[in-house]
Amino acid sequence: MTTAAPGSRLSSVAFDIAKVRADFPILSERVHGKPLVYLDSANTSQKPASVIKATDDYYRHANANIHRATHLLSERATGLYEGARKKATAFLNAADSNTIVLTKGTTDGINLVANSYGRSKLNAGDEIVLSWLEHHSNIVPWQLIAEQTGAAIKVVPINDAGELDLDAYARLLTANTKIVAICHVSNALGTINPVKSMIAQAHAVGAVVLVDGAQAAPHLVIDVQDLDCDFYVLSSHKMFGPTGTGVLYGRKALLEAMPPYQGGGDMIASVTFEKTQYNQIPYKFEAGTPNIAGVAGFGADIDYLMSIDRQAALAHEDDVLEYATRAVSAVDGVRIIGEAKHKTGVLSFLIEGIHPHDAGTILDQQGIAVRTGQHCAQPVMDKFCIPATIRASLAIYNTREDIDVLVKGLWKVKELFA
Amino acid sequence: MSELSELYQEVILDHNRRPHNFRVIDGATAKQEGFNPLCGDRLTLYISLDGDVIKDVAFQGSGCAISKASASLMTDALKGKTVPEARALFEEFHNMITSNPDTPPADLGKLSVLAGVREFPTRVKCASLAWHTMKAAVAHEADGPVSTE
Repeated sequence: MTTAAPGSRLSSVAFDIAKVRADFPILSERVHGKPLVYLDSANTSQKPASVIKATDDYYRHANANIHRATHLLSERATGLYEGARKKATAFLNAADSNTIVLTKGTTDGINLVANSYGRSKLNAGDEIVLSWLEHHSNIVPWQLIAEQTGAAIKVVPINDAGELDLDAYARLLTANTKIVAICHVSNALGTINPVKSMIAQAHAVGAVVLVDGAQAAPHLVIDVQDLDCDFYVLSSHKMFGPTGTGVLYGRKALLEAMPPYQGGGDMIASVTFEKTQYNQIPYKFEAGTPNIAGVAGFGADIDYLMSIDRQAALAHEDDVLEYATRAVSAVDGVRIIGEAKHKTGVLSFLIEGIHPHDAGTILDQQGIAVRTGQHCAQPVMDKFCIPATIRASLAIYNTREDIDVLVKGLWKVKELFA
Repeated sequence: MSELSELYQEVILDHNRRPHNFRVIDGATAKQEGFNPLCGDRLTLYISLDGDVIKDVAFQGSGCAISKASASLMTDALKGKTVPEARALFEEFHNMITSNPDTPPADLGKLSVLAGVREFPTRVKCASLAWHTMKAAVAHEADGPVSTE
């Protein structure tokens, strides 16, 4: 799986999985009378008690609007909100917290960049480079902007293992390339893309790069300065925080030069009917009252992630993914989709003669939550000429025992369809 | 697991393995595509009309056992029916698969094997894809593929 795999057994001893599991209350839930085996974290992850408590505490002790009122509650709310921004700055190793825009999530962040940066910079003849691995949310916003600006979209193909064709990528980069938008980790297949070198290549032709980090954030340590990316977007809810919030990191000079995306309160310095002065970054991009409770939870979420040994957590996850790959492959008629050398968190597969949706229902009845379908990545499905897959996706709280239950469940599926 | 065996009855598994009327009708009066973007199920429905009467109906495509069995059973049920009768059956079928599981299901003959879908709200779209496609085909209301979304 990733480079940490050989040492994973040693590291997984150091990683206290029992303690981590105890941090997530929902993992003791029963569904259809069976203990929950949650293998759908790439869809949305579960939340630790500290995150649930932080959102609850916000409403109990700090609920007020931010950045405006003079009273104590507003001060508390603003403190939680801006505190989360500082935590996100550290989480991404950004140099300055004003490069951290709090968004509704990854989709919102991509739409912001496409509409603000894309619309103001792109002209007919310019090119946007995407990849065949992208989630619909990193395709459609660019199609909308391409339609409006006359820019063209180029797509980096993938090989049979589900890895990007890097030679093709190099050939696609030309003086016409203005934007490269690429996922750090594929949501449908789990492929980890070599974004750092891809960013350097794009910069060499003068393009800016947006990295969709939605699937990377829960697994990998992210350093936007080391990556040298221009934009990095992620969602809180994929990395154990609440839904409806996330981060757009942007290079300072780019954010400063970009026009606002949405107009409203908080994003302005002064408003008259003759002329409106916009606020400074990042507030220029944060119109309207945000999801303050969600952001408070997101702050607690980052604290949680920073409190665990993330290298050990990743080694543990790699061990479970490797185990899952072996165990699921051993079930008769299983075909694994996506066998990239560098993968994290995702096992997509098919069972011969059984539609994923039927398998999903039968697994659910046994307490096993997986996702079945296209995973908002129709191009990936088309590439492999398949309508859908069963996707078991992992997070820090999953275990080899979860995989044993999954495998038993798959045999049950086969039995029913025999 | 009793709901599960209710859903995946032998009749349904049989229709999934060997769907009836799984073919193309050359020169069909109506041809309509149906698509469920949630799970990727796709089917093409062919209907031959003689006046108002459905003379022949067939389908092709890929999908889960529920959507395939439903399409298969539907094509059997529609042959010889008039278009208004087909529309009425759509309503009855849809009511059956969305009715309260605590009440006895409507008796729709062979179609009643799909009543188990009532226990699985996430699968209603699978069972109704072929039916929505039929409704669009006879109404000529859709230019593009009909979708359950």
